[in-house]
Amino acid sequence: MADYNIQEMVQKNKNNKRTKIVEKSIPIILFLITCISILTTIGILYTLISETFIFFTRVSFIDFITDTEWNAFSSDPSWGIISLIMGTLKIVVIAILVAIPIGLGAAIYLSEYATDRTRRTIKPILEILAGIPTVVYGTFAITFVTPLIRGIFPEVNLYNAISPGVVVGIMIVPMIASLSEDAMSSVPNTTREGSLGLGATRLETVFKVIIPAAASGIISSFVLGISRAIGETMIVSIAAGSTPNASLDIRESLQTMTGFIVQVTSGDASYGTDLYYSLYAVGMTLFLFTLVMNMISQWITRRFKEEY
Amino acid sequence: MQLVDKDQVSKSLGGRLIRNNIMKFLFLLCTLVGLVVLVTLIVDTVLDGWNYLTWDFLTSFSSSRPENAGVYGAIIGSIWLMAVTAPVSIILSVGTAMYLEEYAPENRLTDFIKINISNLAGVPSVVFGLLGLTIFVRQLALGNSVLAAGLTLSLMILPVIVVSSQEAIRSVPSTVREASVGMGATKWQTVSRIILPAAIPGIITGIILALSRAIGETAPLVVLGVPVSLLVTPNSALDTFQALPMQIYNWVKMPQEEFQYLTAAGIIILLIILFLMNSVAIYIRNKFSKRY
Repeated sequence: MADYNIQEMVQKNKNNKRTKIVEKSIPIILFLITCISILTTIGILYTLISETFIFFTRVSFIDFITDTEWNAFSSDPSWGIISLIMGTLKIVVIAILVAIPIGLGAAIYLSEYATDRTRRTIKPILEILAGIPTVVYGTFAITFVTPLIRGIFPEVNLYNAISPGVVVGIMIVPMIASLSEDAMSSVPNTTREGSLGLGATRLETVFKVIIPAAASGIISSFVLGISRAIGETMIVSIAAGSTPNASLDIRESLQTMTGFIVQVTSGDASYGTDLYYSLYAVGMTLFLFTLVMNMISQWITRRFKEEY
Repeated sequence: MQLVDKDQVSKSLGGRLIRNNIMKFLFLLCTLVGLVVLVTLIVDTVLDGWNYLTWDFLTSFSSSRPENAGVYGAIIGSIWLMAVTAPVSIILSVGTAMYLEEYAPENRLTDFIKINISNLAGVPSVVFGLLGLTIFVRQLALGNSVLAAGLTLSLMILPVIVVSSQEAIRSVPSTVREASVGMGATKWQTVSRIILPAAIPGIITGIILALSRAIGETAPLVVLGVPVSLLVTPNSALDTFQALPMQIYNWVKMPQEEFQYLTAAGIIILLIILFLMNSVAIYIRNKFSKRY
């Protein structure tokens, strides 16, 4: 061993044939693995686009976007996606009305009012809530929330938009709360203290200083929440019913885009039928909606990012 | 000269402080909504399902008669599903995270990959189901097997693990890395023997949390056509299977009242599994997280 000095040992390590092969091949292997994520996107786009294309060779695109009837299971089917979109919108609007005030309120409390100890107890509870499977939320909606609502308003149908809407809202509260809280906590303390030092109350500081400064993070959390609500499947499949309609009545049974996909695939949609291809046309519409929402959220974050 | 009119200030201050306190109370209520819902959900489920949580329930297969129905097949199926999902998703996502953090050059392709991953994170799970149905179930002819479902779920949770692994790798201080390189270690030796061991608690926590999301996921399985009544457990990854959340979904749709209690009992089992997985994740996070 006395023959080597450190430099030679390092050189030897680097010139070792096996080491050289490993060093050369690892980046390539890791790059190929990384490409799987791109392949996944290509796979989603290819699947949706090619099958949707076949659907539109059989069903007129104009009917698809203008017809107000969606009646996929009848012998004389009509394919008006507006009914399903309206179903999704009813759920999303109710969910957002529940989730934004509660989520933002919780975020303000955690970031501006709570002591460190309170924050450390509350945050794990929100994490647990975020980890509950949606099928459990769906069961909660139909066995607990729906009877509760019908107890107060007896004219509400067993399947309605209110109960799943509220529960979807509760489901996205943890996400909005934690993302908004992150945005508000990252406003530097000097800004906060400047406002408090000038005599503003905590509340005035929150609404006039912290929220404007954290607006990009807060708004993008809302948009991500909307995107989650659009894509939510199990809660609406269990509690919203399966009658697509374009009405604005939230007491009646309805169907969302995701609910339709689940209804068709739980039965036997035989390969090659119009019904089978309609799955992909609905999936494509759903995908576009969430994609636009995610892009808006990313754009807001990038465009209005405050640097301190 | 008096710049601040004290009387004016104290006159308006009272109202402002009251408003502050009222709103503080409202914000606190918002924060407690989560807790109230969680407690209600758990109490309601346990009250409904407790009496049905018997040994027979754990050891019987699904059945159309509520008194004979159990979750044995569903639990074994879900374990099989995780046995496929875990290794596939770990290799794919940790590999991706290592590439992005350690090897990726700063160019447009890398930016594109990053944006692509954050977009994938926002794709609804039911769309992943359609991907799996077309590619794995039909084109690769895997049928509604454990393998097809496992691959679909792996792709679904990939963005989650990639992001958490990236954060874990990034949090290893550069001094540690430089020390290794300074000692003459090559790039891969540094990554595999220094960075990865240091980042592993964070990575494992992320993996467990992602898997606990996968085990409760129902929508993609419905789309793939995973069966709800089956009297065998799979012998290989190419066999079809049952899954616990699918079983719950099937029961909740049943009209007979007894099935509602079975649903609650199934949910209790699912929540216990999730609770155990999360406890392990928190334990690892606290036990092994190093402070540099």
